[in-house]
Amino acid sequence: MIILMVRRFVGLLLTLLAVSTLIFLVMALLPGDPAAIMLGTSASADTLAALRQQLGLDQPLLLRYLQWLGGVLQGDLGQSHTYGVPVAGLIIERLAVTLPLAAMAILLSVLIALPLGVTAAAKRNGLVDLAATLFAQAGIAVPAFWMGLLLILLFSMQLGWTPAGGFPGWRAGSFAAVHALLLPALALALPQASVLTRVTRTAVLDVLDEDFVRAARAKGLSRRAALWRHAVPNAMVPVVTMLGLQFTFLVAGAVLIENVFNLPGLGRLAYQALSQRDIVVMQDVVLFFAALVIVVNFLVDLSYLWLDPRLRSEKAFS
Amino acid sequence: MSGAGPATRGAAGFRLRRHGPLATGLTLILLLAGVALVSLVWTPFPPSKMQIMHKLKPPFEVGLLGTDQYGRDVLSMLMAGAWNSLSIALFAVALGAGIGVVIGLAAAAWRGVLETVTMRGCDVIFAVPPILSAMMLGAFIGPGRWTAIFAIATFMVPVFTRITVGAARQVWTRDFILAARAAGKGALLISWQHVLPNIVGPIIVQVTIQLGLAILTEAGLSFLGLGLPPPAPSWGRMLAESQTFLRVAPWLAILPGLAVALSVLGFNLIGDGLRDRLDPRQRGHA
Repeated sequence: MIILMVRRFVGLLLTLLAVSTLIFLVMALLPGDPAAIMLGTSASADTLAALRQQLGLDQPLLLRYLQWLGGVLQGDLGQSHTYGVPVAGLIIERLAVTLPLAAMAILLSVLIALPLGVTAAAKRNGLVDLAATLFAQAGIAVPAFWMGLLLILLFSMQLGWTPAGGFPGWRAGSFAAVHALLLPALALALPQASVLTRVTRTAVLDVLDEDFVRAARAKGLSRRAALWRHAVPNAMVPVVTMLGLQFTFLVAGAVLIENVFNLPGLGRLAYQALSQRDIVVMQDVVLFFAALVIVVNFLVDLSYLWLDPRLRSEKAFS
Repeated sequence: MSGAGPATRGAAGFRLRRHGPLATGLTLILLLAGVALVSLVWTPFPPSKMQIMHKLKPPFEVGLLGTDQYGRDVLSMLMAGAWNSLSIALFAVALGAGIGVVIGLAAAAWRGVLETVTMRGCDVIFAVPPILSAMMLGAFIGPGRWTAIFAIATFMVPVFTRITVGAARQVWTRDFILAARAAGKGALLISWQHVLPNIVGPIIVQVTIQLGLAILTEAGLSFLGLGLPPPAPSWGRMLAESQTFLRVAPWLAILPGLAVALSVLGFNLIGDGLRDRLDPRQRGHA
């Protein structure tokens, strides 16, 4: 068990190293001079040379890579060209919006998908099942950012319940902040929930066929108790897997949703960096998001050990 | 009375349950493809023609689906956008599937280190959502058709690689592969002649599903200004521009999104329908 976890952890570190190398190489080898891109066409040759030196572009590729990697490991992500502050600070500041947004979206999607998927499986071919199937099909097809626009149309413009965008900051009180994040989180959660509903339904249906559920019923448990105490916990591995796989899409969705709702999060930062051609910030945010996806999937892998004791043997993972 | 007893009605219901999704999906996609092709030769108005005095008119008042803030005809823009969306999605998926299947076949044929490296590589690429790779590409080579295609295709490669490796490894354990090896065929020839034909099913299912995902992603990219530059109409940019006029012209926000959703739905329904056909064990479960 310990050896298994150590091996997984080494794998995680290697994957992180690989993804950082990939991002560095893509940025370094793409045609175009970052200094020229950042300064625009009107820059003088002197300013260009100065920025090239500041970015270390006059040094050989390998040295640049090692310096960049060394910096990243020490939490030094370089300086933002537009803001004139360290990127690490910028990212931490913006995380205060993106992390709660993502957490709320995941929570909402689980709260919607779990009851819906389980009920659909328990009462197969019933009305709830039909509704769940329709919701699953429709939800996957709807872009989260369009969902955001529709929610604004309904809840902000028609009903006036929520702000149409913007973020008051956590200093304005947690109620106001959560209130501002509610609609964007819901927009992110609905497409996620549709995928999860489908997976939950399938997983529970599979488990309901198992002998231990029949045994639970035979020893006198009610259908309901057998369902929630025995079937549902054993159906969680595919559900959690999907939650991990979906995280990539959640990140992508957050980039879009933050722009729809004008939220000062990481996705908005990446977008602003793009339009201001602040390549250092962009590279760091992309790296951060990629690392986050990898770490989340690592945690999902570990959670299997907790969810399903059968997987704790060495063999199951190799 | 009529001859439609319970038995026949049941049969009809069964047929609808079985074929309904596939038929609906095919109808939606044929419609989309038809509209996209027609837009190349005809749209009610030229899609980028501005008529300021007719700006922000609701549907049916000017044109069938109203006009935008420059008085451009929404229906014409949606039609031309269909072509742009569909062509980018087709290119991206063809590229991603082509590369992914070849890598997957090779990994399954030679196994060992190659397979390990391939699978780890898939994890790495899968960790960078297309929105972000498009931003990196966009910063250097600028937004446009190829930025969108490359970004989406890059993300599709690991998807197809994984599917191919999984399916191909199963085929490699079969007896007819052993027979082919006994006949002296090399891994390359076996992969092409025996493995590929036996895994075409799941790959085609995946192609349809990824086409939907590609349309969804393209809409997101052009929403952020990373897709086709103006004045080429695109569903994503129509949605981005609609935000300013949400209160006065909600149809500008509703219609392009509906076009995206129906296209994605169409591809997903086809994918599900095909999967049911190809793998009857999954029927009713997934």
